[in-house]
Order: sequence, then structure tokens, then C-alpha cells
Amino acid sequence: MSGTAARESWDDPVASGARLLAEGVDTTHRGILYLDGISVSFDGFRALNALSLVVDEGELRCVIGPNGAGKTTMMDVITGKTRPDGGSAFFGQTIDLTRLSEPEIAGAGIGRKFQKPTVFEQHTVFENLELAMKTDKRVVPTLRARLGSAERDRIAHTLETIKLLPESGRAAGMLSHGQKQWLEIGMLLMQEPQVLLLDEPVAGMSDDETLRSAELFLSLAGKYTLVVVEHDMEFVARIAQKVTVLHEGAVLAEGTMESIQQNEEVIEVFLGR
Amino acid sequence: MMAGAAFAPPGEYGGPRFVRLLSGGGWSAWAAAALVLFVVFPVLHLAVPEDSALHLSDFWVTLIGKVMCYAIVALAMDLIWGYTGILSLGHGLFFALGGYAMGMYLMRSIGHDGVYHSDLPDFMVFLDWKKYPWYWSFTEHFWYAALLVVLVPGLLAFAFGYFAFRSRIKGVYFSIITQALTYAAMLLFFRNDTGFGGNNGFTDFKRILGFPITAPTTRMALFVITAAALLGFLLLGRWIVKSKLGRVLTAIRDAETRVMFSGYNPLYFKLFIWTLSAVICGIAGALYVPQVGIINPSEMSPANSIEIAIWTAVGGRGTLIGPVLGAAAVNFGKSWFTKAFPEYWLFALGALFILVTLFLPRGLAGLRLFRRKSA
Repeated sequence: MSGTAARESWDDPVASGARLLAEGVDTTHRGILYLDGISVSFDGFRALNALSLVVDEGELRCVIGPNGAGKTTMMDVITGKTRPDGGSAFFGQTIDLTRLSEPEIAGAGIGRKFQKPTVFEQHTVFENLELAMKTDKRVVPTLRARLGSAERDRIAHTLETIKLLPESGRAAGMLSHGQKQWLEIGMLLMQEPQVLLLDEPVAGMSDDETLRSAELFLSLAGKYTLVVVEHDMEFVARIAQKVTVLHEGAVLAEGTMESIQQNEEVIEVFLGR
Repeated sequence: MMAGAAFAPPGEYGGPRFVRLLSGGGWSAWAAAALVLFVVFPVLHLAVPEDSALHLSDFWVTLIGKVMCYAIVALAMDLIWGYTGILSLGHGLFFALGGYAMGMYLMRSIGHDGVYHSDLPDFMVFLDWKKYPWYWSFTEHFWYAALLVVLVPGLLAFAFGYFAFRSRIKGVYFSIITQALTYAAMLLFFRNDTGFGGNNGFTDFKRILGFPITAPTTRMALFVITAAALLGFLLLGRWIVKSKLGRVLTAIRDAETRVMFSGYNPLYFKLFIWTLSAVICGIAGALYVPQVGIINPSEMSPANSIEIAIWTAVGGRGTLIGPVLGAAAVNFGKSWFTKAFPEYWLFALGALFILVTLFLPRGLAGLRLFRRKSA
């Protein structure tokens, strides 16, 4: 009896973690990002204070909160830039994010856009996308890599999505601020991630660009899981399905935009100071 | 062609990869250099009688050979500094280690023709040593010495690089540590009991692979091999920087965090180019020693390594050909200057560095003469 049970659990894809790690992210329980009791301190300052958060697969989640609420630190923890002092962070059911390095997390399927657009300024727009493209990113395969027509078409497709097709041969450093933001999003898409973490993706964009970004993110939701940190409330109201409010390193409230806007605590935190 | 081909920068992708390493003009210049170094100079040195005005003297053969070794070093420096943004101020160490490895073989090839007619090199007899230390084992074999030329700088660079890059040591801190490394090695090699001839180093070589080392044909053979190495490394460098790996290296230079979050581990990319750069320096050192006839710890002095950085900056970082020209210009200049105004060379070098930084940030390669038409 016990032997059968053991074999069953071995065959069960959920129970056999090793096999799953090789195959990718296990989202059998709908959730794709699990943060549980995450704490981070910098020189006594508690940036995150037992933060717990679950993001479902395909969700478009907006994270808001006043300065110093821990939004960027939360992204640092998820992407491996900062190691938490306590708590656990899982990608799917099986991938422990606190044990992986930044490139490993990126390879596993979490893409990150920085607050300040970070692209390879000396490379052309085309080359930026080429470098980001999902492929074997170890040294020797990179040295031998050649672009096939399928890959060029993928780059072309992304260039179209981010509306930078005419700029493909220009150095990325020559782009406008808004275009750089879009290029960085395009680079994330080339990585074929499951989760996109976007830190203030419309900062410094014109109204028109902001509007087009909103359309883009709405079209990406469902296909990808998006976590958007944003200050621009108008923008959040336009795209938000579910909003999480962070305050002093922990979740203050969570729900639809309307419920958040009516939440007494939230109003106090945002307007009370 | 496919839809994607329309916006791939022309000439950058597709087509026979080897042919596209250099532009049309680039290949012409490369072929011209090969013709001069492989045919014209050997003929002028060996076939033209010594009293003819066209004869290329020993002095020039040695000087050009030496400068080509320096050019190889500058090329190696450009890969790590110009393209990857990591300034090494210790590349002289790798050069010297390659030189010492070759020097060990050359010392043993002296045989009994030293001053003391002993089995051992003169400096060991002088120290009253009775046998070779263990690390001199097998160095009488050329192939083994050649292996050491590659392995010693390579392994040292690999080990040092692994820990430095893993600890994410960057920028000026990395430069200072490399400077300290070469200085420490210099102090070690200055000691007589290190077993490498102390401050005199190795000299008085007699032969290489059985050929008398100062004979014109031997000299010319070394010259041609050095030229082949230089032209070969130039193509190797182009192949690397034009590959996707080359684009990752420049990306590391410009935005390392983005590289990491794109899924590349910068550690291994840095380690690859750093170790390769050190190995190339080692080979340059091994070619240098038989031509110049001496290797001593002063090659490891911090000033030497700084000079390598100056050649590279003067030539123009991130261009490969620039540093080659820079190494040539500075060293031919030095050769003339140290004869005309021996006391003032270091001042001139410093002034040159400042002037280039201020007025020619892209170095000699940034001059219109050398610049390719930009698209």
C-alpha cells in the first residue's frame, strides 16, 4: 500500500519537483507568484515587513503605494537582486526564487522593466531585441549563434508590437524616452517570460504614449502575467483589474479599483499626509 | 528574402561569416599588411645586400618585431577594456609570464655554452644550486614550454577573474587590484630564490629549436611568426566582436544589470574574454623574448601595464585596429624620443595621454583618415 502511494506521488507531476523544474513553471494552482512573509531590512529600515502576496496566472495586477512603501524592493526580491531576511518567494509551485541568481530567474520566465529605462544604448534597436531573445544564453552557444529567418521574423513581430519598426536600425540611445520604455518592454517580450514586472512603465511618457501603453498592457494580459507598479492613478484606473496597495512594506488593501478608492485606510494613507 | 531581412543592418547578418569579418577596404589593408610583413620585409632583410640603402637592418627587424608583440597586447587589452569595459592595469603580468615560460625553454637550450659551462643556467650556478627546482621540469621540451605559455597566464587569469567577477568587483577597484597583482608578482620574481634569475631575469640565449637565435634567418622566422600571430589575432578579435557574444560584451560594458535580467550570466562572459585576453598577452610575451633576447621582472612593473592602457587609449578603444596603430605609434615614437631626449620620455607619454583624452577621445582610429563611412 505504502509502496503504491510513494510511486503515485513520484509519478504525480506536482509532487516530483525535479521533473517540473526542468519543464518550467507549475501553475496547477492558478497562482504564479507567491510571496509569503517576506521581510527585508536595510540598516534597520524595514523596507518589507512580512509582505504576503499571491498573483494568479494571466492576471494584470497593479501595485500602488506611497514612496518608500516597498514596491521596488518587492521587485528586487522577486528578481533575485535582493535576498530577503525572511519569508519565501515562489514562482509557480516549485521554483524557489530566493535560491536563484538574477540570470536564472530571468531564464525561468520572469522579465523585469526598470524604473529608469535600461536598454543597450550603443546597440541598434534590432540588436537590443536580438540580445534579449529567448535562447541558450551560455557563452559558447552565444559565440556561435546566428540569426535564422524565424528569429528575424520574431524580432520583426515584436518591433511591430512596440511600434519601433521604422527605428530598427537606429542606436537605442537615440530614441526618445517613451520609445526607450517601449523598447525595454519589447526586450521583455522577446524573453518570452510568463511574468512581466513593470516598474513605472509610463513614467515620462506623453499622454498619447500613455494611452497606447494602456492598450498594449491590456492586450498582453491573459497571455502573460503582468505586475505593474505605477504612480499615475489615472493610468492605473484605466488598466487595473486587481489592485494591491502597499504601505510600510506590507499589503494594506487588495481588490478592485472601486473598492480600493473607497477603502478608509487607503484614503488615510494617501491623503492623510 | 524573408520579411525580417529587410531591417537587419546590411552586412551585419547573413552571408559567409568569414568574409564579413572585415569590410572590403579592411581586407585590402589586411592583405597589404600581410604582403609587406611576409614578403617585402623578409626580402629586404635577407636578399638585399647589407650595403644597399634598401636593406632592412637587424635593428629595424627587432624593433618592428617587438612593436608587433606590443600591438598584440594592445589588441588583447582592447577586447577586455574597449569592448567589455573592464580596465586591467595588470596585463603586463600575463605578457611577462608568457615571456618567462618561453625564457625557461631558451635558458635550457643554452646547454653547456654558458659562462660556467654547467648543466644549470648561470644564475643557478651562481646561487650554488645543484639541480633544477621542480617547476623547471620538462622545460627543455619546446612543446611543454609552449603549453606553459598558454596555461600559466590562462589559469592565473581564470582563477583571479573567477573570484573577482563573482564578487562583482568592478571599475576602478578591479583596476587597482590588477595593478597590485602585477606589482606583487614583480616583487616575487625579483627574489633570487624564486628561481627565475632574480632581477637579471633570463638572457644570453643561444638558440631556439636548434637554430642560432641571432642568425638573420632565425630572426626573420620569428618576425614572420609574430606578424602571422598579429594578423591572425586581429581576425580572431573581429570574429569575436562581430558575433552575438561580442554584442553581449559591449552590452555588459553599457548596462550590466540589463544583461543579467535578460538571462545572461555576466560572470562567464567576462571570464571568457578576460582569460582569452590574458592568453593572447602570454603568447605575445613568448614571441617577444626570443626577439629581444631578455626577460626580467621589470616587464611586470606597474608602469608597463599602464603603458599598455595608454597605447590602447591613444589608438582608440573598441576598434581593434586602433590599439594596434596606437601601440605602433607610441612605441616607434618612444624609440625615437628616448634617443633624442632620453630624460623626457615619461613627460611626453603623460602629455600624449592627456592630449588624446581631451582632443581625440576616440583615439587615432577616430581620425577621419581611419574612419569608415558611417551609414
